Amino acid sequence: MTAADFLSIDLPAILVAVLSATSCGLLGNFLVLRRQALIGDAISHVALPGIVAGFLIAGTIATLPLMIGAMAAAVIAAGLIEIIRRAGRLEAGAAMGVVFTTMFAIGIVLLEQTGASNAHIDAEHALYGNLESTLWLGVSGWGDALTWGALSQLPRQLVTLAGVTAAIAILIAAFYKELKVSTFDPGLAASLGLPVRTISTALIVIVALAAVAAFEAVGSILVIAMFICPAATARMLTDSLARQLWLSVLVAAIAGIGGYGLAAFGPLLWGDGDSLSAAGMIAVVAGLLQTAAMIAAPRYGILSRAIRRRAGQMDLPA
Amino acid sequence: MPGELFSILTFQGGYNTSVVLAGVIALGIGGGVIGVFSFLRKRALISDAISHATLPGIAIAFLIGIALGGTGRNLALLMAGAAATGALGVLCVQWIRDYTRLPEDAAIGTVLSVFFGLGIVLLSHIQTLQAAGQAGLNSFLLGSTAALTAGEAQLIGGASAVAILIALLLLKEFGAVAFDEGFAAAQGWRVARLDLAMIGLLLAIVAIGLKTVGLVLIIALVIIPPAAARFWTERLGRLVILSGTFGGLAGWLGASLSALLPDMPAGAVIVLAAAAIFTVSLLFAPRRGVIAWAFRRLHMRLRAASVRGLLAMADGYLPPDGLSYRVIRLRGYIDGDARISETGRRAAAEMRRQDRLWHAYRTRHPDAALAFNPLTGTRIEEVLSADMVAALEAESR
Repeated sequence: MTAADFLSIDLPAILVAVLSATSCGLLGNFLVLRRQALIGDAISHVALPGIVAGFLIAGTIATLPLMIGAMAAAVIAAGLIEIIRRAGRLEAGAAMGVVFTTMFAIGIVLLEQTGASNAHIDAEHALYGNLESTLWLGVSGWGDALTWGALSQLPRQLVTLAGVTAAIAILIAAFYKELKVSTFDPGLAASLGLPVRTISTALIVIVALAAVAAFEAVGSILVIAMFICPAATARMLTDSLARQLWLSVLVAAIAGIGGYGLAAFGPLLWGDGDSLSAAGMIAVVAGLLQTAAMIAAPRYGILSRAIRRRAGQMDLPA
Repeated sequence: MPGELFSILTFQGGYNTSVVLAGVIALGIGGGVIGVFSFLRKRALISDAISHATLPGIAIAFLIGIALGGTGRNLALLMAGAAATGALGVLCVQWIRDYTRLPEDAAIGTVLSVFFGLGIVLLSHIQTLQAAGQAGLNSFLLGSTAALTAGEAQLIGGASAVAILIALLLLKEFGAVAFDEGFAAAQGWRVARLDLAMIGLLLAIVAIGLKTVGLVLIIALVIIPPAAARFWTERLGRLVILSGTFGGLAGWLGASLSALLPDMPAGAVIVLAAAAIFTVSLLFAPRRGVIAWAFRRLHMRLRAASVRGLLAMADGYLPPDGLSYRVIRLRGYIDGDARISETGRRAAAEMRRQDRLWHAYRTRHPDAALAFNPLTGTRIEEVLSADMVAALEAESR
């Protein structure tokens, strides 16, 4: 493998994976704490009809109309879930299940009926993502990697994701206190005069933005994994929200790099030339990290709790 | 075309189409019946974890099938593989929920994404094998009835029938667990074991339906029909019957339309049929529907405005707001000189009398009075006997 190969094939894919994982992982902390972990699931499924509708209206597969379509679909889905939950007095899980399966079905029928499936949009793609085809063309070695000519040809998903990740990090830093209070104690937040409903709506909109930006490159399944696994892993390791946020970023980065490495180079190790699905492997690595944390976390892990119980100490409630 | 649709809908579209249609209807009924219990348990999305967790099982079963020298496309083997990892997925969800500090929704999300990721990795490996029949695996994602053979449809129908039968035999126990866990435990039933049986049936329906509806949409089959049926009834027996009917109806319409029209994936059409039933239920169900609710609300608001306006006028004041003025005017309680009319005076007196009687009834029989909503404006004569009213009248004078 040459430096040019690495720079043009592997590096952009790794960066896209890490940035998607980071942006979704950061927001996932709040979703997991607010018991809204499955909102990410619902939103990433409804991106499909949004993308198809965006394509049908704009007539091109340019990024902007597709992203607008997906965002619109995500916001509509979140609104519908809320309406059905209230007006129909249904449990949130059931309302979510009704809405996202219906919208996904609409997406598939639209896709098949309008011939949009011939235009490089297909449902399997939407699930698996397309990490391997994120290429940085026009770079020939480390020497020219930082020249303007090469940088201007960075894959656009990478640029979009970098912007979205930075925006999310800044928003979380700027509204850290508001997010924290309204997540842990909505009652207190309301009594302090914080706009609790606005904050949770804004959170959903930003979740939709992150899901849609990551979705194109890594597929819905990795988006769901990244909304949950890094945050859940970090939650096993600490009680402090700030530490949890940092840890989740670390976990997301390890999963992104490790998963991509295993998928791309792992098969070479056991003498099989063909690489495996990177998006799938990243989800698997994230799952393994979470499993390790659930078993071996110093305070809340199953092992340490069992040991403490045996030693006759009081067990802390999980 | 309508004639053709009619002939398919009425099982006259050829042997194969009819068998597939029957199989999918059985599947729809099964999904509707079995979905009721996880819906009532407020665990509707557990099926999402199950369905996604089946993918690695399908891939492993396919690899085993190839290793055994076949094409790997034996539906029964693939279903068994799907059920195996689906079960493993459920166990993981339970384990995470019960033994770590993570809540159930995070557990479901973890399992569905990680298992599905593993499935994708295995599928990407299978794609490099260039084995025969690997293309068929993709139909498990979005489902297809086109590829269903008569034998497979019989398998689906038969397995659904068995699952429905078991659910009906355990109906009383399941219902008790779903409505009142404590009561079920007091009956000496093992709640955890019944829960497991319930999830086992859910798993069976998901595994059976995967090939037809696809693993992304199969959960709609166990969530939408019970959610729709819930708008129409409060009773478990009726809920099960309605939910099964809705599921069967969705399967019937979906399979027929997708057999007739090109490029109509069966899974998606079945889900859309179910969604249409849900929407009708949400809007038009007589008691819990949105329109009935809005109508009741409007009725109460107008009544309150009328009471407000009329009592103010009867006491010699002006109606306190525009709405109450318009309402009592419309009802003829005001005459031409913007004064209270004779009808209005009588209505106000009657209103006060009703109020007095209800008050007496509530003081005298507080428990019985709980059955009546004080805001609906029901006349006391409509619900109590004449003797009773006379007694209250005497008492409250």
